[in-house]
Amino acid sequence: MSATNDFVIKFANVNGSGSASANELFAKAILRMGVPVSPRNIFPSNIQGLPTWYEVRVSAAGHLGRRGGVDLMVAMNPQTFEADVREIEAGGYLFFDSTKPLPPGVRSDIEIIGMPLTMLCVKHYDDPRQRQLLKNVLYLGGLSMLLGIEPEVVETLLSEQYKGKPQLAQPNIDAFRLGRAWAKDNLKYPLKFAVQRADNVGDRIFIDGNSAAGLGCVYGGATVCAWYPITPSTSVAEAFEKYCHKFRVDADGKRKFAIVQAEDEIASIGMVVGAGWNGARAFTATSGPGVSLMTEFLGLAYFAEIPATIVNVQRGGPSTGMPTRTQQADVLSCAWASHGDTQHVLLFPEDPHESFGFAADALDLADKLQTPVFLMLDLDIGMNQRLCKPFQWDAERTHQRGKVLDAEALESGVPFGRYRDVDGDGIAYRTYPGTHPVRGAYFTRGTTKDADARYSERGPDYLENVHRLKRKFETAKSLVPQPIVERAHRPTSIGVLYFGSTSPSMHEAAQRLAAEGLALDLMRIRAYPFPDSVRDFVLAHEQVFLVEQNRDAQLRTLLIHAFDLDPARITAVLHYDGTPITARFIAGAIRQRLAAVRQEVAA
Amino acid sequence: MTYIAKPKLHHPSLTRNRVGFTRRDYEGKISTLCAGCGHDSISAAIVQACWELDIEPHRVAKLSGIGCSSKTPDYFLGQSHGFNTVHGRMPSVLTGAYLANRDLLYLGVSGDGDSASIGIGQFVHAMRRGVDMTYIVENNGVYGLTKGQFSATADQGSKSKKGVENTDSPVDLVSLALQLGASFVARSFSGDKAQLVPLIKAAMKHRGAAFIDVISPCVAFNNHGGSTKSYDYVREHNDAVNRLDIIEGRAAIEVVQPDDGVIDVEQHDGSVIRLRKLEADYDPRDRLEAMNFIAHHAAKGEVVTGLLFVDADARDFHTHLKTAPTPLNQLDTAALCPGVAALEKVNAGLR
Repeated sequence: MSATNDFVIKFANVNGSGSASANELFAKAILRMGVPVSPRNIFPSNIQGLPTWYEVRVSAAGHLGRRGGVDLMVAMNPQTFEADVREIEAGGYLFFDSTKPLPPGVRSDIEIIGMPLTMLCVKHYDDPRQRQLLKNVLYLGGLSMLLGIEPEVVETLLSEQYKGKPQLAQPNIDAFRLGRAWAKDNLKYPLKFAVQRADNVGDRIFIDGNSAAGLGCVYGGATVCAWYPITPSTSVAEAFEKYCHKFRVDADGKRKFAIVQAEDEIASIGMVVGAGWNGARAFTATSGPGVSLMTEFLGLAYFAEIPATIVNVQRGGPSTGMPTRTQQADVLSCAWASHGDTQHVLLFPEDPHESFGFAADALDLADKLQTPVFLMLDLDIGMNQRLCKPFQWDAERTHQRGKVLDAEALESGVPFGRYRDVDGDGIAYRTYPGTHPVRGAYFTRGTTKDADARYSERGPDYLENVHRLKRKFETAKSLVPQPIVERAHRPTSIGVLYFGSTSPSMHEAAQRLAAEGLALDLMRIRAYPFPDSVRDFVLAHEQVFLVEQNRDAQLRTLLIHAFDLDPARITAVLHYDGTPITARFIAGAIRQRLAAVRQEVAA
Repeated sequence: MTYIAKPKLHHPSLTRNRVGFTRRDYEGKISTLCAGCGHDSISAAIVQACWELDIEPHRVAKLSGIGCSSKTPDYFLGQSHGFNTVHGRMPSVLTGAYLANRDLLYLGVSGDGDSASIGIGQFVHAMRRGVDMTYIVENNGVYGLTKGQFSATADQGSKSKKGVENTDSPVDLVSLALQLGASFVARSFSGDKAQLVPLIKAAMKHRGAAFIDVISPCVAFNNHGGSTKSYDYVREHNDAVNRLDIIEGRAAIEVVQPDDGVIDVEQHDGSVIRLRKLEADYDPRDRLEAMNFIAHHAAKGEVVTGLLFVDADARDFHTHLKTAPTPLNQLDTAALCPGVAALEKVNAGLR
């Protein structure tokens, strides 16, 4: 077991000890050396004191999914020390603070590297806070020596991080050098795992999906953001605010945006609905429990046909704790949110690049379809920095506001009935309040109306309306991002469906299985309603797997329901313990299922 | 909410206001509320106020929640966009609409169940933020559409039609609004149009959160002896602190002496609210005094009405947010999208 540019290192820290920025810097340094990395925060629902981990996968091949297993554990947290040591792969390394001796009986099948971090800090620094913070930079220095990370790269990053604050930059650089020098004089290196400069990163960018979605909302023309703090979605609104301050403030300080931290999620979506009704692009960012609170309004928005964009960064279910872990478990609760016959559009970005693009697309789609649109992120892509294609924007692109009659159109005598299906696509024309003195006003309400928005409790009027809404949902199929198919190198009867953050692990699993001789056709679903090509893909394969990160195979339910498919056609591969799905898991599950099928056939 | 539209014919002698509309142009569909319902009088007062203020009907957006009171926006301002939202959540929808377009006038109509029970949270926060709106609660102390259950504004000890006594203490939305920082707070009675119309006009001229609690008897479920929201009870216990006139900025304002029972409050648009004192010591520019006065009189079973508090220098939510003068819903791609070159810079910073 030895590898260059291919290993997993995990930092076990105490929350609030300042480790996050040092660990992030470690990942970025490797990236700057041209080697792909994928870091993941595994953090508690806590500000200070509880255990937190930062896992970095270094992969020359560019695998960005979680691998599973740890080759080098940087064990800085006494609380979790024993469990952390157990996680190290046989032949791997334990890096620990040797100021205190190692407890007896630590595994013999791993190599142990001790660096007296606390002692070095006490010796060199007087200020207790500085001792704690610079300890992280000290181990960064030590690790850079051991793993062959170029010191210039780290020092440049430190200078960038403390740009404009030289009084902070220099102590950090000094601490880094101190750690590096100590390791050089006292430790054995190189290790079996090393970083070597390469050229495998290209022009890709490194950012978290929430920031990307926030920026996408700026580009997509959102002007109203109403939100309520909830992990793991809070940074979406914060990023929107940051980028708005950068791009949307006039010279005189006037803002071309309005952000409201509402009193709860009900008010958040209410404000979004009010703004959408009144012709501004509006969004909210939330997570599963927030969506639960929003459901009454989502029903109203569906029936009253009001554009609304909801960024849902999915997490584990209720309570604190699991909410700092990832899942794709809100598929059904979003697709069918609310009372009555409702259906909502969902978009599933795979990474920050798509989070950016889909956020802008969601705002367009909400206006074009006059309905709520969910952007379904999850914690794994939302809160972790991910290497991805650079953001793209077409210089010619304008915001698609959909079917809106302005004063001129109303003045020219265009007939207007708010819920008339003029074009046969199920989408009616709307007017914004205040458009024309005597034309185009209507009274907005939920279900009880006729095509001209007049109050009506008549059955035929209700049916006409809900059938039109169904036609509109059919229209949505062609407007949403279409699925992406990757064919195996040879014809195969096995197909795999997957979506969202599962993407990198899925690709790695498919490569691995292909190397074993198992060919898989892949289809990445990017939106609901599912385009008909999803049904065709299922019917064209004898054996179909659907990979999801939830317990109940929610997308599978939606898929079977959408096309009235035989449930036996689709086998679910499900991962839902709160950690991001791995290639090992997917490949293992598919192997196991196929072996079982072969046995059944043989019997 | 009715199947019947009113005939469009106007009598030629109907007076037109400065923007060319007759009072009929501010009406809506025919009401489906019970004959004698206080809410219909409030709708009529809104029609009168908007006509007198020369507001173009389409410049008003009217929003409501759910309940009898929330049905009424269909019965006035038929040429305004209206939105019958969800129960208790009108304030958030109104807030969003107001954020989208700062150039319209926002009129929220709600009931005591809508605003004091299910929606009290939204009521509270809309007042706190200073959303520029006129917020009218048509307060009858009961749930009408579900046939007469007590609401949270029902007085302790008041009796339902079936003779059941209410044991919970009441929510007083006026006191609450004062405490929350609303910059215009009034109470009136649906049976007193002479008081109500000027109050609505003043509220619509006010910049900031303007709240009017209008006691509006429910003839079907809460107009009996033992009720404290009946026509008879409110008439007997109505204690008006002032009467007011709205003097438009363009009219010459007659100078008055400070001690002759009149208080002038100048509004941001130059118009003046002229208050004629009925309570000699009452000054509606003093928030703490207003809270104190109302509490003392409530303890004696009196319903204090009139303009109870006004802060003419109030700043509204858009001012706090530093929003651009052009309404947000009118900004186009060029104004909102930072463009390709800026994105390249963002990309470069992420490597």
